[in-house]
Order: sequence, then structure tokens, then C-alpha cells
Amino acid sequence: MVTIPAFLIVAVVIFGIGAVGVLISRNIIVLFMCVELMLNAANLALIAFSRALNIMDGHAFVFLVLAVAAAEAAVGLAILIAIFRNRETINIDRFDMLKW
Amino acid sequence: MINLDTIIFAISALVAVFGAVMMIGQRNPVASVLYFILSLVAQAVLYIQLGALFLGAILIIVYAGAIMVLFLFVIMLLNLRGQEDLGERGSSVGRFSKYLLVTLFVIELGMVIKSSVLPNAGITGISSMVPSDFGSVVGVAELLFGKYLYPFELASVLLLAAIVGAVVMAGREKAGDTPAAAKPESASGPGSVGGAGD
Repeated sequence: MVTIPAFLIVAVVIFGIGAVGVLISRNIIVLFMCVELMLNAANLALIAFSRALNIMDGHAFVFLVLAVAAAEAAVGLAILIAIFRNRETINIDRFDMLKW
Repeated sequence: MINLDTIIFAISALVAVFGAVMMIGQRNPVASVLYFILSLVAQAVLYIQLGALFLGAILIIVYAGAIMVLFLFVIMLLNLRGQEDLGERGSSVGRFSKYLLVTLFVIELGMVIKSSVLPNAGITGISSMVPSDFGSVVGVAELLFGKYLYPFELASVLLLAAIVGAVVMAGREKAGDTPAAAKPESASGPGSVGGAGD
């Protein structure tokens, strides 16, 4: 029998992979996708808990998280295009104009 | 006991993790996006196994469909081929500290699950009974338009703000504004705006 903790372990593993990706990725598009991956892992945990407690509120949260993820992707990629237009690179080590 | 549920769970969990690992290992961003879509489809199977039928469909349609197409569109717009100069890798000490940080964090998450969730695991198998409208469109809609109406309306304001923000930032700049606007290959303009609306 598949139990709820098995789903939670999968969610933790996926979240960990996303966190590793954010830290080690040097391609800003892959970095964005790793953030989305962590959001997805949180969604999976929300749905698993929703099933475990037999209430559907987690599904409403996941729906709102999906809307926020879409907004984040749109704004993030727009920022990326604006930066690329000025810098002609996607190497995140060069995006340091706010550093002093 | 090995039954169909277990087999489906094992396969989709492995595919989800495999896709995620391959995603961060790719040099070509297009391959990264495709592996991420593979991982998303496997995660949608997990959602459906947990009874979230509507959200499983939404994950494939909105996430794997719309948002990932937006990513692919930007990759094409920037003309990335995976041969960009990504600079030097960080020092080995820096990389080791990153892995150490993430390992500790994952261990911490595992401890939380072990201490708080596993003792109550007996009653939470996915074959337990749920109401017939669990995870259906009706069930989600009753929550979104009833109990969570205010957050739902706020989400629409957020999406509107995101559309306006994306148009302002990625839209074509006025001629003579900046030197970058004068170069034709750097103009991206309306295409990115259309993708931002999903």
C-alpha cells in the first residue's frame, strides 16, 4: 500500500534537487526552472496533506500557487529579456550591477 | 504487497526525480525545459493518484503547456544554443559549502517528516475512502468561489499586475531612449508580451 509519507519523501527529494539547482546553476533559465521545481514540490506536499486529512483546502492553495508561479515566470522572463538586451549574456555571475 | 498503486507510484516518482536531476545537468536550456516537462507529467500522475484530478489536468495544461512554452519562447528569443560562456565554476570550497548547505536542509526536512508524519501513517494510505467529489472541478470551485473567494480575486489582480509589468519591462523601448533600442536584433517586443498573458 502506498502511504502519504511516501509522497512527502518524493516532495522533499524534488525540493532538494531544486535547491541544489538554484545554488549550482550558472544558466539563469535553468535557475528559474529550479525555482518552479521547488514550488511544484511544495504543491505535491500540499496535495498529499490534503489527501491525508481528507479536506480539500490544500487544492485551493495549489491553484493559487499555480497562478503565482505563472505571474512569477512572466515577470522573471521579462526581467531576463530586459537584462539580456543590455548585457548580451545569461551568465548570472555577470549580473552584479546591484553589488558594490 | 505489490499492487498496481505501488507500481504506478514507483514509476512516476522515479521519473519525476530523474527528470529533475537531468534538468539541472543539461548544458542546453532547451533540453532542460524538456526534462522539466517530463518531470511535470510524472508529478501530474502523482497528483491524480492522490485524488487531485482537476489539479493534475491543470498542471499539465497550464504548467507543462503554457508556462514551459513561455520558457521555450524566451530561449528562442534570446537565441541560446547551449554554447554560451557561463564563466568559471566556483572554487571547490564554495561548491562544497553549497552541497553541504542543501544536504543539511534536506536532512532537516526529512527529520520533520519522520517525527511528525510517520507516526500517524497507518490511517493515511491512498486507498482510504474519500468523498466522491474530492479533487473534482466542483469541489475545487466550491472552495475557490466560497471560502477562498477573496484570495482568488486577489490572484486576478496579481496576474493583471504581472501582465502590465511584463509588458513594461520586455516591451519595445521608444526609439532613441537607449543605445540598445537602436539595434534591430535586440528588439524583442510584442512576442514576449503575448506569452506573458497566460
